[in-house]
Amino acid sequence: MRYSYFPGCSAESTARDMHVSTLAVSKALGIELVEPKGWSCCGATAGHQTDHFLSVALPAASLAKAKDDGLDMVVSCAACYNRMKVANHAIRNSSEMRSDVEEALGQQYDGSVKVRHFLEMLIEDVGIEKIAGAAKYSLNGLKVACYYGCLLVRPNEVMKFDDPENPTLLDRLVTALGGEALDWPHKVECCGGGLSMSRTDVVVGLTDAVLQMAKASGAQCITVGCPMCQINLDMRQLDIRKQLSKSYDMPIVYITQLIGLCLGVSPQDLGFEKLMIPAETVVKVVSETVTTK
Amino acid sequence: MAITVKKGKAQGIINAVQQASGMDLSVCFQCKKCSSGCPVSKLVKSPPSEIMRRLHLGAGDELLDSDILWMCVSCETCSARCPMGIDVAAVMDALRHLALEKGAAKKEGNVSLFNRAFLKTVQMFGRTYDIAMIAAYKVGSRKFMDDTEKFPSMLKKRKIALLPNLSGDRKTTKRIFKKAKERKEGAK
Repeated sequence: MRYSYFPGCSAESTARDMHVSTLAVSKALGIELVEPKGWSCCGATAGHQTDHFLSVALPAASLAKAKDDGLDMVVSCAACYNRMKVANHAIRNSSEMRSDVEEALGQQYDGSVKVRHFLEMLIEDVGIEKIAGAAKYSLNGLKVACYYGCLLVRPNEVMKFDDPENPTLLDRLVTALGGEALDWPHKVECCGGGLSMSRTDVVVGLTDAVLQMAKASGAQCITVGCPMCQINLDMRQLDIRKQLSKSYDMPIVYITQLIGLCLGVSPQDLGFEKLMIPAETVVKVVSETVTTK
Repeated sequence: MAITVKKGKAQGIINAVQQASGMDLSVCFQCKKCSSGCPVSKLVKSPPSEIMRRLHLGAGDELLDSDILWMCVSCETCSARCPMGIDVAAVMDALRHLALEKGAAKKEGNVSLFNRAFLKTVQMFGRTYDIAMIAAYKVGSRKFMDDTEKFPSMLKKRKIALLPNLSGDRKTTKRIFKKAKERKEGAK
């Protein structure tokens, strides 16, 4: 299995843990990831809030490179994934947009590269049974709040990721690996996303609501597939502690980190030490697996 | 509470918003599902359904000063739940674009300032470059001390990259920004 892999800018900064755990899981499962040479920023929230053309052409630049490589694209960042799919949609639905994008790129691009989130690829191409079968360790009943946020599931007509109000893709993975995926109501609530720096007050309020609900639901950790959800829920706990005098001490781990642990990858190779709120409790639960294999 | 708008000589901005978002806003029947699901509804002066109503009633450029434009988190819950299929989030984007064009965004500065700082590094380096982006944002917003207590541990964890990554296709990125500018000028 070989795919074009778009890491996104956060893979080189705030989400190195997402990046290294994606690579480690791929390696363990025999998946080959090829970065499109010269990939560039998708524009993220700043792009679409500022200019429609930028929001389409920026992702298209990297999509066209994946097309040159003749590979389907997988994306581990939910924000990049979202922008890639929305850009493809816009190019396929407007000949004017397509011709302007092609002029800027200096090459043809028809919006046809198949884009999936890394998790979709895992479920569709590898399969849950195979992943569970390859696991050396178990999540051992770890109570996990699966948090999807916004960008994986919306807009549903374009993303078609899962049920937009009650997605279960992460839950299915957690369950297959021996964890307890909690039934909780904040799966697709927003963490505040790209407003983390510019309206920290808004983000502190929204992440507090998500963390509070996860805690009340009995979660030992929250698992995510988006670097913005991760950094907001993880790092902003420090602000919540200071501003609201609440200590959740809730580990926020990428699903690829949980999968990696179960596949026997070391916590270090999965970037666990990069988390702001330590996740030793999670590592401990998994390492205590009594192996029967 | 009754929603009223000031009637001026100028025509309202609904046509411009409809054109930019590609949405027919006349189908909105004020069920308020967008506002019910909106995570910032309680924080803003006018929630999304009220913005829609103001557009119906002929609101003009004063709508571009609405605080929701720069508090909206682009979560798209409004669009997902609209029973009439209106992409409310696209309407918010259209309003932001109009606000930027008309300079109204300067008053509600920090989000658009952050967006500018973010895109500037993309334009220069092809990928985001945290240090330059954070510096430009802090200088502009004068929020020098925000989050500084986290920097040492983030640097240690390499969660902030010290140097820009120059392996992105900068030439193409620059052409994209140039084309975006041309399109805007052509539309005027």
